[in-house]
Amino acid sequence: MSRAAASVLWGVLGVLAVMVAWELYKFLGPADGFVVGAVDGETGSGVMILPRTNDRAMPHLWEMGARLFQSTSGGSTPPLIVPVVTAALTTLGIAAVGWLIGVAVGVILGVVMQRYRLAEWGLLPWIVVSQTVPLIAFAPLLASIGSQIDRGGFPWPQWLSVAVIASYLAFFPVAVGVLRGLETPDRIHLDLMRSYASGYWSTLFRLRFPAAVPHLLPALRLAAASAVLGAVVAEVSIGMRGGIGRMLIQLAGQASSDPAAPWGPTFGSIALGLVAAGSVALLGLGLKNYRRGEATA
Amino acid sequence: MRHSIRRGLKVASVATVAAIALAGCSTPAPSDTSSDFTPLTSIKLQLQWLPQAQFAGYYVALDQGYFEEEGFDTVDIVPSGGDIVPQDALVAGDVDFAIAWVPKVLGTLEATGAELTDIAQVYQKSGTLQVSFADKGVPTVADFEGKRIGSWGFGNEWEIFAAMAAEGLDASTVSITTQDFSMNALLDGDVDAAQAMTYNEWAQILEVVNPATGKLYQPEDFDVVSYEDTDGAMLQDAIWADTARLADDPAYADAAVRFLKAVTKGWIFARDNPEEAATITYDAAINAEAAFPVGPVHQLWQMNEVNKLIWTGSKFGIVDKAAWDKTVKGALSAVNQDGVSLITAEPAASAYSNEYIEKALAALEAEGVDVSGAYTPIDVVLTEGGQ
Repeated sequence: MSRAAASVLWGVLGVLAVMVAWELYKFLGPADGFVVGAVDGETGSGVMILPRTNDRAMPHLWEMGARLFQSTSGGSTPPLIVPVVTAALTTLGIAAVGWLIGVAVGVILGVVMQRYRLAEWGLLPWIVVSQTVPLIAFAPLLASIGSQIDRGGFPWPQWLSVAVIASYLAFFPVAVGVLRGLETPDRIHLDLMRSYASGYWSTLFRLRFPAAVPHLLPALRLAAASAVLGAVVAEVSIGMRGGIGRMLIQLAGQASSDPAAPWGPTFGSIALGLVAAGSVALLGLGLKNYRRGEATA
Repeated sequence: MRHSIRRGLKVASVATVAAIALAGCSTPAPSDTSSDFTPLTSIKLQLQWLPQAQFAGYYVALDQGYFEEEGFDTVDIVPSGGDIVPQDALVAGDVDFAIAWVPKVLGTLEATGAELTDIAQVYQKSGTLQVSFADKGVPTVADFEGKRIGSWGFGNEWEIFAAMAAEGLDASTVSITTQDFSMNALLDGDVDAAQAMTYNEWAQILEVVNPATGKLYQPEDFDVVSYEDTDGAMLQDAIWADTARLADDPAYADAAVRFLKAVTKGWIFARDNPEEAATITYDAAINAEAAFPVGPVHQLWQMNEVNKLIWTGSKFGIVDKAAWDKTVKGALSAVNQDGVSLITAEPAASAYSNEYIEKALAALEAEGVDVSGAYTPIDVVLTEGGQ
């Protein structure tokens, strides 16, 4: 069996294992969960160590599957799977824009920090700190700035705010990865370039970037995951219409009376993450000549 | 190295200058003080939640062309449902008007020093309930002590504390648990009593199948505290405007009156045609808004309940001084479980004004519109999942 077929097989087996585990736990587990340390007559006391398995908490897989093909919001609305796919594609597009911005900014920062030691000292701590700012504090602020710019006459659609927030998460691994990657060439290789009278730019493009690829690819994969995450959270946070994050929040409100519904967009966002990571893997195929010694991530 | 320091400084100074220049751009142009002005034709309204029949009046006004009749070419209704706080969006100038609960805005005004004015009190009554299973023994506010009480937080909890303060109860004896957007906390017994709006979550509970009977839960399965019947009742959905802009910008003040006229007509339509208004809102939500509202039956229930809160026999949108004072009194007396008060001083006199809604109503009455008519409730039979 070829390696590709084997990896597909393992992937399918993994998904099947999760599905079996879900139904098995739902069958065996306690309907109302298992709580330790509960005080009698005191609601909500104790710690739940086994989650509930009732149909609200854990709908059957076939119910979630069937729900995908039932009307979204009753009336004449299309089956749930249609808006799930549309919303996932919308978010994927925004995350892709965010990823591109993030990668561009990350590469520029990485190059600048590698070139000027002072820039590294000055910027790197801030780049690290930037990732500790909570998105939910930051997103509405950015949305507000966006709408001010929009009012000022320069069109700034809401999705652009979401893309910028996605890029804010995505640039970090790239900046750090590029910085480390550009610093990997051995002294002896740099000296060889110098003996050829090669300048900074040609050394950068002929030696440093090719050498950085094994660091860059995992960074791009992390950036893709961060961009998707950032886009979903930012959508929820600034209330953008049309994406999967928004859909998750809306359907979560119906989790009591229609428990299978919120799982539709949940599956949608899982698929979204897989597609995003898969796209970066394709990118890696084109760069495979440079991927010697890459750690798998 | 010195070279790069100098370059770095240059970059920094350019960035600083750019930041200052940008800040300069954002200061508003000096307002026009002369009496003639160009009327506003494009406005934005910030809702406080997702598109649903709670906001039917605005979607109806859009659908029926009432905004156009009042001279607006575009009215952008912006849903929330995320971290967008309507009063903050209004203060920031992102929108022209905002729908928000009175106590939440009073808290913001005191905390930030911003000035907003309640120009129309759409809901005259509080629609908040505290719902518990009948066997939990929480039929009144007096039973809250020692219980686990659910609330959505973010300013939705103040009626609980105001009602408790009025009964002389100690807020520190209740444990407040933050509810999510579903009613699972109540159904799974994580809380003794859960917060619910008459028009939304209460219906969601009644759209769930009771495993004991195999039928939908019935109202008699629960004890319900309605805050409207307690001293904790506070005014809810109101239309807010920017106080300084109302005073300085005649075009904005004029737009406020025209906007209120259109909105009043929208809500009157919803009063007289609840089925149609619910359908219009549901259609707007699923099509234009790309939203995923709970189904049509749920929207009709919501429309029916919302109308009961709006049409109480008095004129539409007028801020009732007694109800306002009760809200302020409740807000002043409420102390949460951490000992924090919502507000510590009376709000400014500018926090509400009936000037604009009265002008709008007078114009409508001159056109022969009944702006205070009563609402005849309809019978809505809920279905599983509200669909």
